[in-house]
Amino acid sequence: MPAAAFSFTDEQRQFRDVARRFLGDVSPPTAVREWMESTSGFDPAVWDRLAKELGFCAIHVPEAYGGQGFSFVELGIALEEMGRALLCAPYFSSAVLATGAIQHGGSEAEKAALLPDLTAGTRRATLAFTEPSGGWDVEQVALTATPVDGGYRLDGEKRFVLDGCTADCIIAVARAPGSRGADGLSLCTLPGDAKGLERRPLRSLDPTRKLAHLTFRGARAEPLGEPEGAAAPLKRALAEAAAALANEMVGGAQRMLDSAVDYAKLRMQFGRQIGSFQAIKHKCADMLLEVELAKSAAYRAAAAVAEDDPDAPALASLAKAAASEAYLGAAAACIQIHGGIGFTWENDTHLWFKRAKASEALLGDAAYHRELMMRHMQ
Amino acid sequence: MTEPNEAGVRAEARAWLAEHWDAERSLAAWRGMLADSGWGMPHWPEQWHGRGLSVALSQAVDEEFAQFGAVGVAKMGIRLLAGATLLEYGDDFHKERFLRRILTGEDTWCQLFSEPGSGSDLAGATTRADLDGDNWVVNGQKVWTTSAHHADYGLLLARTDWDAPKHQGLTYFVLNMRQPGVEVRQLRQMNGHASFNEVFMTDAKIERPYRVGAVGQGWRIAMTTLAHERRGADGLRGSVRERRGEGRIYAEEAAETATLMEPYKWYPQRAGRVDLVLPRARETGRIADPAVRQAVARLLVLARSAEWTARRARADQELGRPQGPEGSLGKLAASHVARAAAHAHTLIAGADAMLAGDDGPLDGLIAEILVSVPATSIAGGTDEIQRNIIAERVLGLPREPRMDSGPFRDVPRNVGG
Ligand SMILES: Cc1cc2nc3c(=O)[nH]c(=O)nc-3n(C[C@H](O)[C@H](O)[C@H](O)COP(=O)(O)OP(=O)(O)OC[C@H]3O[C@@H](n4cnc5c(N)ncnc54)[C@H](O)[C@@H]3O)c2cc1C
Repeated sequence: MPAAAFSFTDEQRQFRDVARRFLGDVSPPTAVREWMESTSGFDPAVWDRLAKELGFCAIHVPEAYGGQGFSFVELGIALEEMGRALLCAPYFSSAVLATGAIQHGGSEAEKAALLPDLTAGTRRATLAFTEPSGGWDVEQVALTATPVDGGYRLDGEKRFVLDGCTADCIIAVARAPGSRGADGLSLCTLPGDAKGLERRPLRSLDPTRKLAHLTFRGARAEPLGEPEGAAAPLKRALAEAAAALANEMVGGAQRMLDSAVDYAKLRMQFGRQIGSFQAIKHKCADMLLEVELAKSAAYRAAAAVAEDDPDAPALASLAKAAASEAYLGAAAACIQIHGGIGFTWENDTHLWFKRAKASEALLGDAAYHRELMMRHMQ
Repeated sequence: MTEPNEAGVRAEARAWLAEHWDAERSLAAWRGMLADSGWGMPHWPEQWHGRGLSVALSQAVDEEFAQFGAVGVAKMGIRLLAGATLLEYGDDFHKERFLRRILTGEDTWCQLFSEPGSGSDLAGATTRADLDGDNWVVNGQKVWTTSAHHADYGLLLARTDWDAPKHQGLTYFVLNMRQPGVEVRQLRQMNGHASFNEVFMTDAKIERPYRVGAVGQGWRIAMTTLAHERRGADGLRGSVRERRGEGRIYAEEAAETATLMEPYKWYPQRAGRVDLVLPRARETGRIADPAVRQAVARLLVLARSAEWTARRARADQELGRPQGPEGSLGKLAASHVARAAAHAHTLIAGADAMLAGDDGPLDGLIAEILVSVPATSIAGGTDEIQRNIIAERVLGLPREPRMDSGPFRDVPRNVGG
C-alpha cells in the first residue's frame, strides 16, 4: 500500500479546514440545542448553505448526476467534521443512505432522474429499511410489495427511519409476498406525503437525529432498480453507510477528547489541576489511543470504499465496531472527567454522549459488526 | 535534490543483488559488502554504510531482498539502537569503530540502563563513572539487561555528577563488556527463558574516547535510544522469517540465529502471535463459537487499527509533516494487541490452555505466548509510563508535582539502590 493511502492530501486538508470553519459557525452548541428541540430537527437555512455554498450533498456523486465527483474519502472528511460539530441536519439520511441506495440499486435512467435533486439539496430522501424487529440484516425485511400496474402496493411497517417525517422522498425496501431471506427484495420510491403512508415521529434518545415510524396501508410506490434484485446493492449501500457513520463518529469522539483535556487543564482540586492526577491523565491517554485507532480504521474504510476494494465491507464493519466503542468510551470518560457538572443538562457533553449512544446502535452495534467482519473473513 | 523513485530504487537493488549475491559466500563477507555498498541500511547516510534514502524506500529495498531470498545485515537486538544512537550523537571515532561491525554482526550489543533501584525512573541511575587519569572507572549494577551474556559492548548510562540535579548528572558511554570488571549473571524469566541478566561492574574501565556526547548529556542521549526502541514497537516489524535457501550463507545465518539471537526467540510470542489466531481458530473448529468469534474480531479490529495508525504516522513523517499524536501510540497499542491476542488464543485453546511443552497446543508455543505477553507492557517503558508521556507531551496535561528536584545526592531513593 503506498504511503499516500495513509495520509490526506493538501487539498483534502484544506477541505477539512473549510468544513470545520463553516460548521463551527453554523453549528455551535447553542444552535444544536435550538434545532434538536424543533420538530423538523434542522435549520433549513443552514441546509441550503450546506448544499449550495459547500456542495456537501454532492461530494462523492459522479458529475453525470450533478455530483462533484470527489471520492468517499472527502465524504468521510465532511462527515467527521459534522460529527465533531454535532450538526443537526438530514444529511446522513439523504446524502449517504438514500443516495447510496440509488447509486447502487438504481438504473442509469433512475439515477439521472433522482440524484440531481438530492445532490442539489432541493429535495431530501431517506432509506426506510429497518422494521420493528430492529434487525440490520436485509433478511429482516417484512414490508410487502405487491405488484400493481407497473408499481407496487406497500403494506407493513418501517421503524427507526432517519428523518422519516421530513424527507420528500422515501426509498423503501420491501419484499415480494411469500418470499424469504435475501430473495424477493425490491427497492421502491414514494413521496413522503403519499396516500396510505402514515408517518409518526419517534422520541429519540439522541434528539439531534430524528427518527420516524412509518405505516404503509396500500401505499403506491414506484420501482427502483431491478425488481426482486435489491439484496446485493442494498448490502453494499449499508456497508458504505457503516464506513460513513464510522467517520462521523470519530469526529464526535475527538471532540469529546478535546473537551475532556481542556477541562482537565482548567479545573483545580486539592490545589492542583485535575489533569495532573494520573487517574485523569491516564484516562485521557487511553481516550487518545482509542480515538486514534478508531480514526485509522474509519479512514481506511473510507479509502477502501473509494478504491472499490473488495474488502471494503469487512473494513467498514471493522471501522464501525471500533468507532462504536471509541465514541461511547470517549463520551463517557468526558462526562466522568467533568464530574457533577458533566451530568447536568446545561453542560454540552450529554449532547455528544447521546449521539454516541444512538450511533452505537445505528446500523448495528459493535458486536454485530465484529460478527459481520468475521463472516467476510471466512 | 529530487527523491529517487521507488521503481527505480527497486530495480537498482535487484540489479545489484543479481550481480553480487552468492549463497556460498561467508555471512561476514556478504554483510561487509552490504555495509560498504549501502544496500544493507539504505536509509543511513551515504557516508556511513547507507544510501541516504527515505525509510519508505529503504523498506522497498528490504522487500526486494526478501523476494530475492538474500540475507540482509544483522538487525536483531540492541545493535540497531546502538547504531541509531551513535549515528546521531557519536563522533567519527565511534562511527568508524562501531557502525560497520554492528551491521556485519561481528559485535553484539546490550543496553545497560535499568538498575535494581531505577527502572521506570531511569534518570535515578546510581551506577557511577569517575574519571581516573585517562580512564573512566565504573562501579554499580544494572539489571534486566537483555543479551548481556552475548554482548561485546553495552550502551551505559552512569552518574558522573552527584551534585547536579538528577537528569543533568548522567553521562552516556560505550562499555566494553569483555573485561574483568564486568560480571554477567543470567536471570531466569517467568516464561522459562533466560534472555536478560544482572550486570555487575566493579572498577570496570572505559577509555576516554568511548564516552558518547558531552559529560552530563547522558539523559538526552538515552532518550534518543529509547525513542528508537519505542518506535520499533509500532508493529511494522515482521516476525522471525523462515529459511528459504541452501548454501553456506544460510547455514551461517541459521547458526547465528540459534546462538546470538537465542535471547530473542520468544519475542514474536510476547507480541501475541496475531498471525496464528485465525488459522488456529479455523483448524480447531473453535471459529464456530460466537464468543471466540467476538474475541478474535476484537483482536483483529485492534491489531489492524494499530497497524494503520503506525502507517499514518509514518506517511506524515515521509511527507515532512509535523508528527501527529498517532506517532506516540505504538507501544501502548502493542500492549493492548498482545493482551487481546493472548485472550483469543486462550479461548481458542479451551482446556488445552492449561498445558505447556509438548503436551500443549503447537508444541507449547501457545503456552509460551500466554506466559510471555506480560513482558510487552513492561519492557522498554511500562504502559503507565507510556500513558504519562502521552498525557504530558502529546495532550499537554500538567506534570505531577516533583519530589526529586535539587542535587541528586539529596533525592530520596531505594534503600541500597
Ligand atoms: C523482557 C524484558 C527485557 C528488558 N530488557 C532490558 C534491557 O535490555 N536493558 C535495560 O536497561 N532494561 C531492560 N528491561 C527493563 C525495563 O525497561 C524495566 O523493567 C521497566 O522500565 C520497568 O522498570 P522496573 O522494572 O524498575 O519497574 P518500576 O519502575 O519499579 O515499576 C513498577 C510499577 O510501578 C509503575 N510506575 C513506576 N513509575 C511510575 C510512574 N511515574 N507513574 C505510574 N506508575 C509508575 C510501573 O508502571 C510498574 O507498574 C527489560 C525488561 C523486560 C521485562
